[in-house]
Amino acid sequence: MITRFLIQGMDKRGLVFLALLAGLALLVPLSNLLLPPGSFLHVPTSTMSLWGKYLCYALLAISLDLVWGYCGILSLGHGAFFALGGYAMGMYLMRQIGSRGVYGNPILPDFMVFLNWGELPWYWYGFSSFPFAMLMVLLVPGLLAFVFGWFAFRSRVTGVYLSIITQALTYALLLAFFRNDMGFGGNNGLTDFKDILGFNVQAQTTRAALFAMTCVMLIASFLIARGIVDSKLGKVVIAIRDAESRTRFLGYRVDRFKLFVFTVSACMAGVAGALYVPQVGIINPSEFAPANSIETVIWVAIGGRGTLVGAALGAVVVNYAKTVFTSGFMAPYWLFALGALFVFVTLFMPKGILGTAQDWWGKRRKPEPATPVAEPAAAE
Amino acid sequence: MISIARLLRQLVVLTALLISPLAAFAQGADDAFTRLGADSYSDTARAVEMLVTSAHPQAAAIIEALGDGRLLAGGGAVIVKTRDGKLIDAKTGQPVATEPAGLSAVRLNNNVRRVVQAALGGLGLLNPDAGKRIAAAEAVFKSRDVTVLPVLEAAIAKESDAKAKAALRQAQAAILIVKTDAPPFDRLAAVDVLRERGDQEALATLRSLPGDASPALKDAQGRAIAAIEGNLALWRAGQNLWYGLSLGSVLLLAAIGLAITFGVMGVINMAHGEMVMLGAYTTFVVQELIRTSAPGLFDYSLMIAIPAAFLVAGAVGIAIERGVIRFLYGRPLETLLATWGISLILQQAVRTGFGPTNREVGAPNFMSGAFEIGGLAITWNRLWIIVFAGLVFAALLAILKLTPMGLQMRAVTQNRRMASAMGIRTGRIDALTFGLGSGVAGLAGVALSQIDNVSPNLGQSYIIDSFMVVVFGGVGNLWGTLVGAMTLGVANKFLEPYAGAVLGKIALLVFIILFIQKRPRGLFALKGRAVEA
Amino acid sequence: MSVNSTRRVILGAALAGATFLGSFLPAAAQETIKVGILHSLSGTMAISETTLKDVMLMLIEEQNKKGGLLGKKLEAVVVDPASNWPLFAEKARELIAKDKVSAVFGCWTSVSRKSVLPVFKELNSILFYPVQYEGEESERNVFYTGAAPNQQAIPAVDYLAKEEKVQRWVLAGTDYVYPRTTNKILEAYLKSKGVASEDIMINYTPFGHSDWQTIVSDIKKFGSAGKKTAVVSTINGDANVPFYKELGNQGIKATDIPVVAFSVGEEELAGIDTKPLLGHLAAWNYFQSIKTPENDAFIKQWQAFTKNPKRVTNDPMEAHVIGFAMWVKAVEKAKSTDPDKVIEALPGIEAPNLTGGISKMLPNHHITKPVFIGEIKPDGQFDVVWKTQGLVPGDAWSKELDGSKDLIGDWVEKKCGNFNVKTGKCGGA
Repeated sequence: MITRFLIQGMDKRGLVFLALLAGLALLVPLSNLLLPPGSFLHVPTSTMSLWGKYLCYALLAISLDLVWGYCGILSLGHGAFFALGGYAMGMYLMRQIGSRGVYGNPILPDFMVFLNWGELPWYWYGFSSFPFAMLMVLLVPGLLAFVFGWFAFRSRVTGVYLSIITQALTYALLLAFFRNDMGFGGNNGLTDFKDILGFNVQAQTTRAALFAMTCVMLIASFLIARGIVDSKLGKVVIAIRDAESRTRFLGYRVDRFKLFVFTVSACMAGVAGALYVPQVGIINPSEFAPANSIETVIWVAIGGRGTLVGAALGAVVVNYAKTVFTSGFMAPYWLFALGALFVFVTLFMPKGILGTAQDWWGKRRKPEPATPVAEPAAAE
Repeated sequence: MISIARLLRQLVVLTALLISPLAAFAQGADDAFTRLGADSYSDTARAVEMLVTSAHPQAAAIIEALGDGRLLAGGGAVIVKTRDGKLIDAKTGQPVATEPAGLSAVRLNNNVRRVVQAALGGLGLLNPDAGKRIAAAEAVFKSRDVTVLPVLEAAIAKESDAKAKAALRQAQAAILIVKTDAPPFDRLAAVDVLRERGDQEALATLRSLPGDASPALKDAQGRAIAAIEGNLALWRAGQNLWYGLSLGSVLLLAAIGLAITFGVMGVINMAHGEMVMLGAYTTFVVQELIRTSAPGLFDYSLMIAIPAAFLVAGAVGIAIERGVIRFLYGRPLETLLATWGISLILQQAVRTGFGPTNREVGAPNFMSGAFEIGGLAITWNRLWIIVFAGLVFAALLAILKLTPMGLQMRAVTQNRRMASAMGIRTGRIDALTFGLGSGVAGLAGVALSQIDNVSPNLGQSYIIDSFMVVVFGGVGNLWGTLVGAMTLGVANKFLEPYAGAVLGKIALLVFIILFIQKRPRGLFALKGRAVEA
Repeated sequence: MSVNSTRRVILGAALAGATFLGSFLPAAAQETIKVGILHSLSGTMAISETTLKDVMLMLIEEQNKKGGLLGKKLEAVVVDPASNWPLFAEKARELIAKDKVSAVFGCWTSVSRKSVLPVFKELNSILFYPVQYEGEESERNVFYTGAAPNQQAIPAVDYLAKEEKVQRWVLAGTDYVYPRTTNKILEAYLKSKGVASEDIMINYTPFGHSDWQTIVSDIKKFGSAGKKTAVVSTINGDANVPFYKELGNQGIKATDIPVVAFSVGEEELAGIDTKPLLGHLAAWNYFQSIKTPENDAFIKQWQAFTKNPKRVTNDPMEAHVIGFAMWVKAVEKAKSTDPDKVIEALPGIEAPNLTGGISKMLPNHHITKPVFIGEIKPDGQFDVVWKTQGLVPGDAWSKELDGSKDLIGDWVEKKCGNFNVKTGKCGGA
C-alpha cells in the first residue's frame, strides 16, 4: 500500500534511480561471486568495495540534501553524524575481534592494552551485541542532532551562523576523538576488524553482502527522504526553506519541523557511516574533519541540490573523479583538476549536474515549470 | 666530563693570580693545545680548564673563539680566527699570514659549550664591563659553588655598580643557602635576599636548603617560599593575560580579512586561508631576494614584505573576484563551493611551485628574543605582532569609515541596486573590497610567517578559527571581530593551564555553540531590516 | 541560449576526458616489474612524504640503469593517497589488485599503516615502511625499515642521562599513538633507572599545535627546580617549527634545557632559522652530515636528481634506500617477485646502510641500525656527538611495557608476529 503510494508519487528520475540501485544490489554481487575472474562481466572485488564506499557517500549526500536542499539548513557538520555512526559500528567490530588481537586480551581492544587501560570503559559496554550497536548507530547521531537542533532551532539560529556552529560541533568532536584519553583509539582510530555477525569482513561473500546491503539502505533512505518531502510535512519543510518567517507567521512551529528533518537526516548519515566502516576497514577521527563535511556539501551542490538523486550522483561523480585523478601521471596535480571541477560546476552549472541536465532535457521537449530547486534565499 | 664546579674552583685560583700582580705561566698550556686538536669533546673541555688555570695570555681570546666556532685546529696548529677574519696563532699570539691546510673548526657539544660559558663567566667576576660581571654573577648563582665565595666577596667589596652589586649579592646568598657552616645570621639574611629576588630561580635555590637547617632558618625559608609563590601566581595571571592577548592578536590578524570578504561582502570565502599563505610565501620570496642581493637590508625585510604581501594577496583576490565570485553574488553558498575549489588549486599551486616542505623565514633582530617586566617574560615577536594587529585594525577601520572608497564599499554591500543608481561603479567596488580583504589576509601572512610554518598547509590551519572569530563577533562588524578574537584568545590561554590545550579548545568551541544560541547573530549583531533579508 | 550549448560541450568534453583517463591508466607494458609508491603528495602529510616518493623514483631509475631486475625493467606506479586514511586503504588495494605491483613502498603515519595493513594481509603483498614508529607490531606482509623505539628513544635518553647529567624529564608529544607509546616506554624506562614521578612531566598537544607560549613557559618553570632538565620531544613534524621558534624566543638554550627530538630531521630544520637552536639534539639512525663514501655518493645523486644543490637528505630516505636494496636482493635470491617467496627470502638479507655499516633484516621484519645523536648546527645540519657501538637490532615488542615484554616476532621459525615466549604460544597472551 505504502509502496504503491510511493511509486505513484515518484517521478521518473526517482524510478530510474531506484531501478538502477536495485539492479546494482543484485547484479554486482552475483557477478562478483559467480562469474570467473577472467570474464568480461566479472566485477572484481576491489571495484565492488570501491563502489560500496561511493554508495555510502551517496547515502551521506542524500541525508545532507534532505536538510539542505529541502529545509535550507546548511549543515557543515554532517560528517560528525557519519563518523559517530561509523564509530558505533567500529566499536561493535572491535568487540568482535575478541582474543584474536595481537595481545590476545579477550576483553580489551589492542589499543587499550597498548596504553595500559585496566578495564573496558563503561561506554563500550553493550557494543558486543549487534542489535545494540545498530541501535546506537541510529541513536547516537540522532540524539546529538536532536539536542543540538533543539537548542539551535529554538533560538532561531539560521543561515551562516548555523553553518558555522555545525562546523564548530564537528571540529570539537574531531579534537575530542583525537585524544587518546577518550578511549576511542585516538588518531589511529579503530581498525584491523575481523568478523561481522560471524562472517569474515574480508571475505568476498561478506563484501558482496555489504555491498548489497548498502544498496538496500540507499534505496530505503531514498524512499524515506522522498516520502518526507512528498508528504504534507514536506511541503511545510520546503516552505520553511523558501520563506521561514512567513511560514512561522502562518502558524507552523518551524523549529519542530526543522528538528524532525535534521534528526532523521542525522540518523541516515549514521547509517551511512556504519556501512562505510566495515567496507573501508578503518574509522578514525579525520572523518570528523570540517573539510570532509564541506566536501559533502560540494557533492550535493555538484549533483544538484534539492533533488536527492542528484546528491547521490554528485557523491559518486566526485569520488570517482578523485579515484581516477589520484593515480597515474595525474597524481601530483589532481587537486588542480578537482578544484577546477568545483569552480567549473559553480560557474557553469549552478543547478548541478542533474539540474542542468534537466533544464536541457526540458527545453528539448517542452518548457517546464520551475525546477524544485529554488534560488537560495539571500540570508543563507 | 668535567664538572663546572671543578672548573669554577680553578677559577678561584686563577682570579687569585689575577688579583696579585704576579701572573705566572703555569705548566700545561702546551698540553691544552694538543688536546684542542684531538677532536674529542672531553679533551676540548679539559683543554679549556687547562687554559684557565695556565693563565695563558691568550686564554680568554681562545676560549671566546672556541665558543663562537672561530677556533681552528689541525696538524698540530691551533689558530684563532678573529671576528674580522684575521688569523692569529693561539700559542704565540702572532698573526698568521696564510691559513695552513687541514684546519677545521674545533667542534663543540652542549657540555663543552657549558664549560666555555662558565669559564668566560667566571673570568668575568672582575671584568671591567658591568654587564659581564652581572652575567658572571648569574653563572655563580646557578652553580652555587661554595669555593667561589672568597672571590665573590672580594668582588662585592670592590663593586660600585648598583645592579652588579645586587646580582653579586644574590649569587652570594645562593651560596650561603647551601653552605651549612656559614654564620646563621648571614644565612637568614641570604633568605631575605632571595625573597627579594622573588623569581622562579630564587624559589629553586630556596628549595635546595639542606634538610638539617635550624628551625629558625627553615621557618624563614617557608615564609619566603610562600611569599614568592603568592607573588608568582599573580604574575602568572598577568602572563596568561599576555599570552591570551598575543594569541588573540594572531586570531585577529587571521580573521580580519575574512571580516571584510565574509563579514562585509557575504562571500563564504574558503580561500581566505590561502591568501594568508600567499602573504607568508611573499615574505619568504622577499627575504630570499634580500639574502641574495642585499643582505644588509635583512632587518628591514619584513617592512618590505608588508606592502608586497598586501599587493600580491590583494591582486590574487581581485583576480578571483573578477574571474569567479562576481558571477555568484546573491548566491553565497555557491561562493563556498567555488572558493573551496580555488583554495585547493592555490594550495597545490604553491606546493608545485615552492615544494611541499616548509620554507625558512628568518626573524629580524628586533623581533628575536625576549625581555622581562617584573615577572612577565615578553617576547619581542609577540609584542610586534600585537602592535601590528592593532595597526592593521585601525587602518582598516579608517579605510571603511573615513575614506570615500570605504563609504562606497558600505553602500554597495548594504544596497547594491541603490548604490548603483547613485552612480557607484559596483563592479569596481566589489573587486576592490575583495582585494582589500585578501590583501589584509596577506598582511596576516607576514606576521604568521614569524611564528608558524611557512608551508602550503598554513592557511588550512587558520581558516576554521577565523570563521569562528568572525561569527562569534558578529558578521559585518569589525569591532565584533576585534572583541571576538581577544575574548577567544584570552579565554583559551586561561583555560589551557587547567584543561590542557585540547580540552581548552573543545571547551571554547562548545562555548561558541552555546553562545550563538543566546545571541544568534553574534556578539555585535547588526540591527535593522537587512538582518532578515 | 547558445551559452548553454557551449557549456554542454565543455562538460561533455570534461567528462569524456575523465573517463578516458580512467580507462587508459591501467593499460601499460607487460614486461616490467611494478613497484607501488604509496606516499601522500597532497594534504597535511605531503610535507614529509613527497620527498620519499622522489627518492623511490630515483632508486628505481638507478636500478633500471643497472639493467633492471631479473632481466626486466622496474616500473614505478605512483598514487596519491592525499593524507586521507581510508584513501590509503583504497589506493593500496588499487596498487595490489589492479596494478599488480610486486611490492609497495609507502606510508608515513601510524594510522596510514594501520589502515592499509588489512589490505596487505588480505591480498598478500609486501609493504616497506620507512619511518620510525611506536613498535608493538610485527606483520608478515610488512617490513619495518625505520627505527623501533629501542633504536631511537632509549639510546637518546641514555645519552642525556649520562653525558648531560639530566635528572628531570619533560616528555612532550603530539597526542597520537607514536608519542603516547614512546613516552610510556620512556616513563617505564626512566622509573626503572630511579627517576621519581615528580621529576617527569608529560604533556600532549593536538596536531598542528601552533601556540606554544604556555607550554614553553611551563617547561621553563619545570626546569628551574634546581635539577638538570631536558625535553624529550615526540612532537609531530608540523608543530615543531612554532615550538622551536617559541623556544628560541623565550631564550631556552640547549646548554640550559636541551631538547632531544625524534621527529625533527634535516627536512624539518630546512624550514627554521636554526641559529637559536644551536645544540638542541635529535636522535636518528642517519644524518646527512655523516661522512662516508656511500653517503657522499647518495647526497650527490639526490641533489642531481632533484636538480637542487641545496636539497637535504634525512633518515626515512635512508630507510627507503636500505629497504629497496634489500627487496632487490631478496627478489634476486628468490628469482621471483612472488610475494610468498620474497617474504621468505627477506629475513637475513643484508644491505649496506649509508653510515658505513651493514644492516640486516631480522626475523621480526625489523632491521639492525646504528643510533646517532646529533646536535643542531647553525647551518641546519647535525653534528654527531654520540653513536652506538655497532648496530642495534630493532625490537618489534617493547621490553618496557607490561603487555608486550614476553612477545617476540619471528617469521622464520615460529611463523608468528606475536609469539609469547612464556606460554610458548602464538597470539599474544
